[in-house]
Parts: sequence; C-alpha cells; structure tokens
Amino acid sequence: MDDKTGKRLASLLAEHRDPVLEAWATTVRETLRGRLARAELSRQLEEIYGALQSALEGGAVAADDPAAAELRDVLAELSRNRARQGFSATETAISVFGLKDALLAVLPTKDSQVLADYARFSLMVDKLGLFTFETYVSARDAIITEQSAQLLELSTPVVKLWDGVVAVPLIGTLDSVRSQLVMERLLQALVETGSPFAILDITGVPAVDTQVAQHLLKTVVAAQLMGARCIVSGIRPQIAQTIVSLGIEFDEIVTKANLADALQYALREIGLEVGGGRRRPAAVEG
Amino acid sequence: MDRVPVLKIGDMLLVSIQVDLSDRLASQLQEDLADRIVATGAHGVIIDITGLDIVDSFVGRMLATIATVSRVLDAETVVVGMRPAVAITLVELGLALKGIRTALDVDRGIALLRDLRAPVDGAPAGDDEAEQAPAGVS
Repeated sequence: MDDKTGKRLASLLAEHRDPVLEAWATTVRETLRGRLARAELSRQLEEIYGALQSALEGGAVAADDPAAAELRDVLAELSRNRARQGFSATETAISVFGLKDALLAVLPTKDSQVLADYARFSLMVDKLGLFTFETYVSARDAIITEQSAQLLELSTPVVKLWDGVVAVPLIGTLDSVRSQLVMERLLQALVETGSPFAILDITGVPAVDTQVAQHLLKTVVAAQLMGARCIVSGIRPQIAQTIVSLGIEFDEIVTKANLADALQYALREIGLEVGGGRRRPAAVEG
Repeated sequence: MDRVPVLKIGDMLLVSIQVDLSDRLASQLQEDLADRIVATGAHGVIIDITGLDIVDSFVGRMLATIATVSRVLDAETVVVGMRPAVAITLVELGLALKGIRTALDVDRGIALLRDLRAPVDGAPAGDDEAEQAPAGVS
C-alpha cells in the first residue's frame, strides 16, 4: 500500500509511454474494427494514459482512491460516449483492459520488484475496467428509459381542434400500455377542456386486429360514459376490410374516412355549419 | 339519518352524490327520487357523480334502475360529471351502462334535457346554440 509503488509505476508509464500507447491503440483498434477514427482513438487513450499516470503519481493504487477521481471521470465519459455510439460492452471494456498487455510487453520481466508492481497495477486496471463496464451499463439504461419515455410522449398528443372538439392522432402500433395511456389522456382532456366531441384518428396505425379494435371500443365507450361522443377517423381501405372480415362490431361508433370529415361532422353536431369544397359555401345565417 | 338531497330546479331534479353510496343509501335515493318526480311533476333528472371515486356494479345498476323508473314516470335521466378513472374502471368491468344518458357537466346535462323536451314543447331554448334551425332569426 506504499505510495512508492504508485510512483514507480508512474515513472514506468512515463518511460515507456510511446511504445505502450502504440501497442494499446493497436489492440483497441482491432476490436473496434475501424468504427472510430484513428486520431480520435489515440486522443482518448492518451487522455486516459495521462490521467492514469497522474493518479499513480498522486499515490493512487486502487480504483476508488480519491487521487484517481480525475481518472474515473475520464473513463466514465469514455464509456458513456461508447454506449451512445452503439459500441458493445466488451469493446468498451477492452479499451481499458488492453493497457495491461501493452504494458507487460515492454516490462523487464526479470526484475521481481517490477513484477510485484505490475500485479498491483493489473489489479487496479481490473477495477477500472469493471468501473467502465458499470458506467456503460447505467448509460445504456438511461438511454433506454429516455427513449421509451420519449416514444410514449411522442405517441399520445391530445390536440384541441375547435372549441369543444379534441382529437388524438394515433401513430404506430397500439398495445395495451399505449392504449391505456391514450384513454387516460383523452378522458382527462375531455374533462379539462369540457369538450363534448373527441376524434380518434387512426391514419397512422399500421394494422387493426381484434385487440386494437377492442382498445378503440373501450376508449369510445369510456368517453360516452363521461358524456362525450367519440368519432373514429382515418380508417384505410385495407383496415376497413380487415375489420369487416374479423367480424368486429363497429356499429355504434361514428366512423369517418378522414380527419376533415370527422371535424366537419362534429362541428355540424355542435351546430356550426362549415362550407365544404364540394358545395358552394352558403352565406352565414343570421 | 343520512340522505342524498334531491333539489328541484325548474322542471328538473338535481341529485348530487358527494359520498360513497352504501346499499341502504342507494335504495333510499331510488325511493326518494321516484316520490319527488311524482310530487313535482319533473320532466328531467340530473345525477351528478363528480364526487364519486368508485362506481361498482351495484351503483351502476342503481343508476340504470333510476333511469328506467324515471322514464316510466315521464322523466329523462342524465348522469353527469363521471371522472375519467371511473369511466375506465366501468369499461374494464364491462359495464357500459346502456340506456343511460351522460353529459360532461351539469350545464351540458341541463342543455341535453332541454333539447330532449324541445321537440315536444315546440319551442327550443333560445339561450344557447341549440341544434334546431334558427328559423326566425334575421
């Protein structure tokens, strides 16, 4: 535990800096298979090398030593970047473990003192590797959580189309989690805006099976229970065919071919007349 | 003794349920309401359930019974102010409350009842944009 070990290792690293860095970079580059620019990789490794050297000089012989704080920061940033760039966990860990082989190649192995120092060094690099690995995993987890939250946010906006008309443009496959969320958001929006009409637009839903139809029906019935009326729009020809051939009962639900028709229907029910393109717009009454 | 108050507004009765209904309270309400409809000659009943956190099958059936009884006595029933969570629960339970009219809030409930009466009376309510053609407006 004497800090002389650290000092000796630091001077070893300083002494063999260029060949070790060279060998290390070669090992790492092989595993990354050219997915990272040579210059950038060298810059990263040099940064780690420098941080490791100063940590050893500061007397750090363990990965969790306070003197190794800067080194940990550098490694954490490296593994976070690797996680974001889509490298695998092994590829990231080898970026650290590769240093052991590279250093061993240049050491005078006859010297027993040097070998003892190397054993400590090896232990430290192992810890650092594990630390990198853990940071990598938590960075990945953060990315996944972030993305699924974004996906849910993205998928369920409730928009107010007119005074008294809200719409949900549904995009992507509807599973039970999403449809539950859509239902909750829509019903909440009905209460908040006091809208008696809701439009579910399924233009962006790739396929409708019995399960999706079931979810749609539930949403429509729940809206009706609260005293609002639900219109389903954006049913594509193939989907209409599927619905009929599956024998799903859409009888009590007002369906329209597109969002514009649905909006026009809702406005007419509210008592507003909108002049369509097909007819000459009549002069506003009164 | 607890009772759910039944208020008379014009030719309508308003019931606002603020506490969780026990079985006894629910059947008491059914009786009170039938009595009051006959006594006042009301043509509409508005049941406000904004205060209800839980609507189970019993309450659901009570609402349906009230609606049917009222209709026999020539009064339409509108259930207003159902919370989203309650609506979701009812749907998941498979209770669609068929035959019960619903509205978002008391205002819309009153408007709905007026619209329902309007064709019979011949004179639509003039204070909001009703569906009837505004024939005489110029």
